[in-house]
Amino acid sequence: MKTLKELEAIRQKTLNELNLRKNREDGIRVVVGLATCGIAAGARPVMAAFVDEVNKRQLTNVTVSQTGCIGLCRLEPIVEVYLPGQEKVTYCKVTPDQVGRIVSEHIVNGNPVMEYTIGNFE
Amino acid sequence: MIYRSHVLVCAGTGCTSSNSLRIIENFHKKLEETGYDKEVQVIRTGCFGLCAAGPIVVVYPEGVYYSHVKPEDVEEIVNEHIIKGRPVQRLIYKEHDESGVNTTLNDSDFYKKQHRIALRNCGMIDPENIDEYIAFDGYKALGKVLTEMTRDEVIDTVIRSGLRGRGGGGFPTGLKWKFAKAPESDVKYVCCNADEGDPGAFMDRSVLEGDPHSVLEAMTIAGYAIGAQQGYIYVRAEYPIAVKRLRVAIGQAREYGLLGDNIMDTGFKFDIDLRLGSGAFVCGEETALLASIEGGRGEPRPRPPFPAVKGLFGKPTLLNNVETYANICQIILNGPEWFASMGTEKSKGTKVFALGGKINNTGLVEIPMGTTLREVIYEIGGGIPNGKKFKAAQTGGPSGGCIPAQHLDVPIDYDNLISIGSMMGSGGMIVMDEDNCMVNIAKFFLEFTVDESCGKCPPCRIGTRRMLEMLEKITSGKGEPGDIEKLEKLAYNIKAAALCGLGQTAPNPVLSTIRYFRDEYEAHIYEKRCPAGVCKALLQYTIDPEKCRGCSLCARKCPAGAISGEIKKPFVIDPAKCIKCGACMEACKFGAISKK
Ligand SMILES: Cc1cc2nc3c(=O)[nH]c(=O)nc-3n(C[C@H](O)[C@H](O)[C@H](O)COP(=O)(O)O)c2cc1C
Ligand code: FES
Repeated sequence: MKTLKELEAIRQKTLNELNLRKNREDGIRVVVGLATCGIAAGARPVMAAFVDEVNKRQLTNVTVSQTGCIGLCRLEPIVEVYLPGQEKVTYCKVTPDQVGRIVSEHIVNGNPVMEYTIGNFE
Repeated sequence: MIYRSHVLVCAGTGCTSSNSLRIIENFHKKLEETGYDKEVQVIRTGCFGLCAAGPIVVVYPEGVYYSHVKPEDVEEIVNEHIIKGRPVQRLIYKEHDESGVNTTLNDSDFYKKQHRIALRNCGMIDPENIDEYIAFDGYKALGKVLTEMTRDEVIDTVIRSGLRGRGGGGFPTGLKWKFAKAPESDVKYVCCNADEGDPGAFMDRSVLEGDPHSVLEAMTIAGYAIGAQQGYIYVRAEYPIAVKRLRVAIGQAREYGLLGDNIMDTGFKFDIDLRLGSGAFVCGEETALLASIEGGRGEPRPRPPFPAVKGLFGKPTLLNNVETYANICQIILNGPEWFASMGTEKSKGTKVFALGGKINNTGLVEIPMGTTLREVIYEIGGGIPNGKKFKAAQTGGPSGGCIPAQHLDVPIDYDNLISIGSMMGSGGMIVMDEDNCMVNIAKFFLEFTVDESCGKCPPCRIGTRRMLEMLEKITSGKGEPGDIEKLEKLAYNIKAAALCGLGQTAPNPVLSTIRYFRDEYEAHIYEKRCPAGVCKALLQYTIDPEKCRGCSLCARKCPAGAISGEIKKPFVIDPAKCIKCGACMEACKFGAISKK
C-alpha cells in the first residue's frame, strides 16, 4: 500500500521523466547539432553528456533536443543554449568534458562560458 | 529513467484501426537498430481527438505533430527527426484552409479554442502506466478528500462547482451525491455509466482509453462522499481497448493500495469491478443498467423510487456518466469556483463533443459551455468539406434534435439547446450539409429507436414503429396530405406515455426536423420530390438531349436495361425500368444525365 508521502515521491520522480512533454514558458533549451557533420564530429557523446548532467542535477526546466546542420560544419559539434528572454549562445567544437562547466556556469548560474562560444572560433 | 525525447503514438480506437500498433512496433525496432532506444522513449497514448488525421504521432520536446503516419514512415521520422533533428515536413499536420503548417499540437486551429479538463490527460500520458497519471496530479484529489475533507465538504464542493451530469440528462451532480448520501444503509453502491449508446458518440470511450485512472479516482471519491464501499463500471463489450485499459488500471490501483482495504492508510475501503454490457441502447438508461448489472434483463422500471433511494440490489446507488466523473478530481484540486468560472449561468465547465458527419476535422473536442455552434464547426471543426453549405447539426443522438443554420450563434448549453428543440445529450454532434435529406435523417434515428426499444411499454414498442412506417411512406413517395399532422400527434402521445427516457425522447428527431424543415416534408408529400436528392424513390434520372452525344455508354452500363437509343442520337431512360442506381450518371462523360 502506498501512503500519501510515497505517492508524492512517485509524482516527483515521474514528473521529472515527463517534463519534456510540458509546454513551459520558463524552459531552458539546449539544442545539439546532430546532422551528419555533427555526428561525425562527435556530437552524440556531447548530447548524452548534456542529458546526463541535466538529469543528475534534476534541472526540470531544461530540455535537450537536436537540430539539423546549421551550416558551420567545420565548427561541429555545435550546441545552442536558449535562456528565456535572452539571446541564444552558440558553443562550438564542444567536447563531453566541457559539458559540466556549460551546465553549471551557464544553465544554472546564467553566465555563458565565453571561451567555448563561437566568438573564439570565427 | 530519463529520456531526451518522447515519441507519443496514439493507440486510441481510431488510430489503432489504422495500424498505429505497427507504428509503435516499428519505432521500437528502428530505435533499437540505430542505438537510440536508450535516449528516446516510445509511449502509447489514448486518443488525441483529431482522429480524422490519424494515426497521430507527436515528438517531444519539440511537440512536433505528425498526422496520417504510416508504419513505413517510421524509418524516415527516426532517421531525419530523431537522429538529425530535421522534422519530416511532409508528415506534419496541415490545416484545412491551407493557411499553413503548424508544427505543434497546441498551435493548431483544432486545439486552440479547446479547453481540456475531462480530456486533459488523453494523448498526454500512457494510460497503462499509473505513475504517469500520478505525475500529473493523479490520486492527489483522493488524498486531499480522504485526509482533509469531510463527506459533506466533498458534496458541497461538487454542488458549488455547478457540474451537471454529462450522460444526457444534465441533472446537478452534487445534488445527486447528496441524495445518495442521505439514506442510512450499511451497503451502498457507486456506478459508472460507460454504456455510451448514441450512434456516433465516442467521448466516454476516449476518456476510458486515454485516462482510465481519472474515472477510478473520481468513483472512489464518490464512494467516500456517499458512504459506499463497492463500485461498478458498466462498459460495453464493444469497447475492447477501454475494457482492457480499465482492467490494467484497476489492477495497478489495487497494487498501490488506491483501491481495496485501508486506502492510503486512512482506513477507508473501496473497490471497483467491471460489468460488461452487450450493447443494447436501453441499457444506458439508469434503471435498465442497474437491472443488467444485477444479472437481469436490461429493462427499465418506473421511477420513483430513484436509484439514490433504491438502486442496485435494492440499495442506495449513485450512477454517473464517465465524463461527469472525469471532471471531479479537477474540481476537488482547483476548487469549485475555478470550475464555475467557466461556462454559462446554468451550465458550468466544459463539454466534450464527438464531431462527425460532414465536417473536416472529425474527432473529439472539449469546449467551454457557451461556445457557439459556429465556432465549433467553422473554427475547431475546420468547416464543411468541398465548400458545401451547412444545413443542420444533430445533437443528442436519437433523443435529440437538429440545430439549423439560423441558430448557429446560440451559445451551447443545456438550457439553450432545449429551448431550440434539441438537447445536449451525451455529446454526439453530427454535421449535415445541403446533400442531407432531413426526412431521411429523422427516419435513420427512428429506425435506431425501433430497433433498440426494449418492448416493455406499448407507446414505445408500437408507437415508434408506426411513426417509422409513416416516414417510410413519405420517403417512398406515398405520403398523403395530413401525414405531418398525424406524425406530430403520435409523437406527442408517445412522449407523454412512454415508460423511460428512450421512448419519451424517441420522437424528438422527427419533431425537430418538422419544426425547422417542414418544407422538406411537404416537398416529399405534395410534390413527390426530395430536395436534397437522397430519397431514391423520388428521384428521376433524365438525359439532357442537348448534351447527349449518343455514345451509348450509359445504355451499356445500365444493369436494368432501362436506357435505349440510336448511336449518335440522344438516348432516353425509361422511368418504369430505372432502378435509380446512378451507374449511368457516373459513366456519362458529357454530364448529360441529371437526377432530380
Ligand atoms: C435510452 C437511454 C439511454 C441512455 N444512455 C446513456 C449512456 O449511454 N450513457 C450515459 O452516461 N447515460 C445514458 N443515459 C442517461 C442515464 O439514464 C443517466 O441519466 C446518466 O447515466 C446519469 O449520469 P449523469 O448524471 O452523470 O449524466 C441514457 C438514458 C436513456 C433514457
Ligand atoms: S484515436 Fe487517435 S486521434 Fe483519436
